[in-house]
Amino acid sequence: MNDSSLKGRRVLCHDMCLRDGMHAKREQISTDQMVAFAKAMDAAGVPMIQVSHGAGLGGNSLQHGFAPHSNEEYWDAVAPVLTNTVMSVLLIPGLGTMDELRSAYDHGVRSVHVATHSTEADTSPQHIACGRELGMDTSGFLMMAHLNTHAGLAEEAKKMESYGAQTVYVTDSAGYMLPEDVTAYVSALRDVLDDKTEIGFHGHNNMGMGIANSIAAVRAGASRIDCSVAGLGAGAGNTPLEAFVAVCERMGIITDCDMFALMDMAEDLVFPMMDHIVRIDRSSLTLGYAGVYSTFLLHANRLGKKYGIPPRDILLELGRKRMIGGQEDMIEDTALTMLKEREAAQQPAA
Amino acid sequence: MSKVKCALIGSGNIGTDLLYKLKRSEVLEPVWMVGIDPDSEGLARAKEMGLKTTAEGVDGLLPHVIADGVQVAFDATSAYVHKENSDKLNAKGVFMVDLTPAAIGPLCVPPVNLNDLENTMNVNMISCAGQATIPIVYGVSRVQSVEYAEIIASLASLSIGPGTRANLDEFTYTTSNAVCEVGGARKGKALCIINPAEPPMIMRNTIYCMTDEDPDETAITESLHEMIGLVQKYVPGYRLVNGPVFEGRKVGVFMEVAGLGDYLPTYAGNLDIMTAAACRTAEMYGEKILSGELKLVAEAV
Repeated sequence: MNDSSLKGRRVLCHDMCLRDGMHAKREQISTDQMVAFAKAMDAAGVPMIQVSHGAGLGGNSLQHGFAPHSNEEYWDAVAPVLTNTVMSVLLIPGLGTMDELRSAYDHGVRSVHVATHSTEADTSPQHIACGRELGMDTSGFLMMAHLNTHAGLAEEAKKMESYGAQTVYVTDSAGYMLPEDVTAYVSALRDVLDDKTEIGFHGHNNMGMGIANSIAAVRAGASRIDCSVAGLGAGAGNTPLEAFVAVCERMGIITDCDMFALMDMAEDLVFPMMDHIVRIDRSSLTLGYAGVYSTFLLHANRLGKKYGIPPRDILLELGRKRMIGGQEDMIEDTALTMLKEREAAQQPAA
Repeated sequence: MSKVKCALIGSGNIGTDLLYKLKRSEVLEPVWMVGIDPDSEGLARAKEMGLKTTAEGVDGLLPHVIADGVQVAFDATSAYVHKENSDKLNAKGVFMVDLTPAAIGPLCVPPVNLNDLENTMNVNMISCAGQATIPIVYGVSRVQSVEYAEIIASLASLSIGPGTRANLDEFTYTTSNAVCEVGGARKGKALCIINPAEPPMIMRNTIYCMTDEDPDETAITESLHEMIGLVQKYVPGYRLVNGPVFEGRKVGVFMEVAGLGDYLPTYAGNLDIMTAAACRTAEMYGEKILSGELKLVAEAV
């Protein structure tokens, strides 16, 4: 297959900078910043944007950090400035609830990613059904997909489809996948899912594969790609939207997004507000290399400093212990245990 | 000494593990196991262990309640059907111990409030995470006031059956509420993560408490160790891994719960802490039934 074979293919770009991007800002994005971002993306023709705490519904917590505003306050600020762009939210059962999803609907949210770990789709049937009952565009979102087999992930995707999901995502939460992995996972889903069910891909750029993986996903049959302007997101960030759109333009893939407007937004709005430049550094690269949940990045950096352990060592250990999204508490626990072991190793033998 | 006869409703992970605990009880005697799937492994085990079984749900048990002298029932099904099960059995004069997150009766965490519970016909065991974390929240709140407590439970995927998976919202609400009502925090939040790692991870629980004033580190540490000792009396694998960690007003405690390995292997401490707590609670009521302090009355038909 050559590149021209994708000419004329349509892809829906779903921006994550006001949700996944919250992680990169330690959940500290103001309503004014949200409004400015949302206006710019609406004007640039981005069809969907996700808006909430980084961990989605129910995310405000000691575990995941407290945002300065409730999700409702963010939606109420953003909804009025959108003309065509649809607002979405993330819901992880076990953290967020259906009551919160109903509230999201009441505040103008019309699309939802219902997320589970890649092997636990059966914790989502009530929440997916609830999204559908509300009339929301409802996606199943299989996180840390690299921790399941190709066939196993397809089986979980099939379950989500049976619960009512209209789209099922291959979610590379750790930025671990290489393009051939993405091809295999998306193809496995395409083989078993109904033709009407869309496939999405959500990447992280920890190994520098964000764009290549997203294109591989499109080639294998994905029609929705999660991106983020300037890559603002956990770890080394999501697939940068402006760059993805540029690549799509060159390949003849239709996104309906205004590439130059998004480039300007990245440069003028997003980069200036970053606390740290979201990039591939030794910690975020370790996430991708070791297959660790991207959100662990800033926690590991902070706790590594607190306990005098290199964050890379903590992240490698978390990868070895197969910790998954939502287990942020285990970062401090692991650091404390490593500290005890290191201190014990320095004691002379009795 | 004569024992109080019990029925187990629900033949999944929790019901089956509970069966092993009840078999060892000196106060309670399991005589019926109720399921809805005739091929369930739990029902087969119960039969092997000499219990009567039905795959017809609670309705299959009701006609035998009086004849077989059942006085206590444990419901390990689902929050969605618990009220109906409880109403039907209460009407026959059967005391109900609720292991679903339905929480229509008073909430019980044995080392915290077992001795303060009123006479009632329904008592609720909250959730595995509630049983594992509320003793810690209480251990802090009895020393000084707690503005907010948050608990995070990580559970091995293999230990979580379909009932729990279909009740995650109820789990969240019931556990958050109990963190306040029983744990003593003014505000509470509960998070649950299901991890499929191989080999399965032992149940982990992290508890964070925000105290109103700067925490009294010595008094809190001492109080926590005492609470942990009380839980260890009925769940020996309840263990402090790290902490308490004091950071400003935040107290962090990192616990692990290994089970006895009765039904599922030891990683499933979440089953043990729930079933052991339910057994202990039911024994307390069982003793009251035997002494005549708690009178069970069937509704006139």
